[in-house]
Amino acid sequence: MSVYVDARGLSCPQPVILARKAIDAGQFPIEVRVETVTSRENVRRMAEKQGCTVTVETEGDEFVLTLTKE
Amino acid sequence: MRERTTRFFASAWGIVLAGSVIGLLAPLLQYWGNPPNMGICVACFERDIAGALGLHRAAVVQYLRPEIIGFVLGSTIAALVYREFRARGGSAPLIRYVLGVFAMIGALAFLGCPWRALLRLAGGDLNALLGLAGLIVGIVIGTQFLKSGYTLGRASKVPAVVGWIMPAVMLGLLALRLAEVKTSETGALFFSQSGPGSLYAPALISLAAALVIGFLAQRTRFCTMGAFRDVVLMGDTHLLKGLGALVVVAFVTNLILGQTQFGFAGQPVAHSSHLWNLLGMTLSGLAFALAGGCPGRQLFLSGEGDSDAGVFVLGMITGAAFAHNFGLAGNPDSVVEGIARVGGLTPYGMSAVILGIVVCVVLGLTLRAKEA
Repeated sequence: MSVYVDARGLSCPQPVILARKAIDAGQFPIEVRVETVTSRENVRRMAEKQGCTVTVETEGDEFVLTLTKE
Repeated sequence: MRERTTRFFASAWGIVLAGSVIGLLAPLLQYWGNPPNMGICVACFERDIAGALGLHRAAVVQYLRPEIIGFVLGSTIAALVYREFRARGGSAPLIRYVLGVFAMIGALAFLGCPWRALLRLAGGDLNALLGLAGLIVGIVIGTQFLKSGYTLGRASKVPAVVGWIMPAVMLGLLALRLAEVKTSETGALFFSQSGPGSLYAPALISLAAALVIGFLAQRTRFCTMGAFRDVVLMGDTHLLKGLGALVVVAFVTNLILGQTQFGFAGQPVAHSSHLWNLLGMTLSGLAFALAGGCPGRQLFLSGEGDSDAGVFVLGMITGAAFAHNFGLAGNPDSVVEGIARVGGLTPYGMSAVILGIVVCVVLGLTLRAKEA
């Protein structure tokens, strides 16, 4: 079961804060759903800095980032 | 191609490029006619637009600045080219409006937005240090609210026409500027005959420079508030690199153009009332942090379909009208009969800054998510 973070419609830096909280909780994989390219890039940058591997899928107007560790 | 340039703009080099271009063009715009240490100032230029439209009648700060128009439309072009234009809205617009009003009141107490604070520093105006310190204090306070769960709630998708309102407004303003409309001898548009409002670069040069900056800033998410916030919140210096590039390039360009003058006293369109430079920008920094972007960033967001950012911009223009109609804006240092006089705020201005900080703190403490 993956952890799900719905960050759609939230403005920066809230998607990053929510994703960071999930990473700190330590349960992977984490699925983060965002709506803007800005949020996608910000979450990706933060997660990679935290040592996560990030894959991105585009679903219509939305992006789903999957964060895994090790 | 599109994906590759997107990755470049998102990289450290991308943000450094955006900061460098702003740092180069702003002093050049000053060289070509814009006011001293005000090659670009989002707050001042929105205030000048409020004046040109007659929303305030401070005769020295009225001009329909093409830079603001270009920032929004440059962002719109970038968003369309990269298919990122998304009409969205409905995230506490009235709160954003109030934040915009007080953000402007704070900025005009200091006499500049964060961009101008950086440009003033790059021109040798050391009062900018107080402004930047205040900005950081405000952002640190705002970041604490964000950490403890402050939110303006989710924006949702809205019909495309909503996202097009701000670009359309800017096209309308551009038409007014280019036609130099004057409805009657005492009617709008109002253009200053003296003072900072009477100093401007040729309109098409201003517009072209701003379109380039708007395009780059949309691609790179250049934001002066975000730069400090990201450092405080998670030690991320990505956006801060852009600010560093801006200051360094602007400083060198000013040196080459002979536009540098070091000191506190008698700086152009500035006052050396230290406490109120600090507190004015504290208010602004806090309001920007709560609204999620500096004045420049709000313009770029409004250009890519974010109608909530557009509401913030309209709040700032309203705030400018209040600031000048009620005498809240900072008075520059001046020389009267050979005696240097320190400018600063009227008691009304001081009260407004304090009121603004109180309002922002109350909002920061009370706005929490309702959903589980």
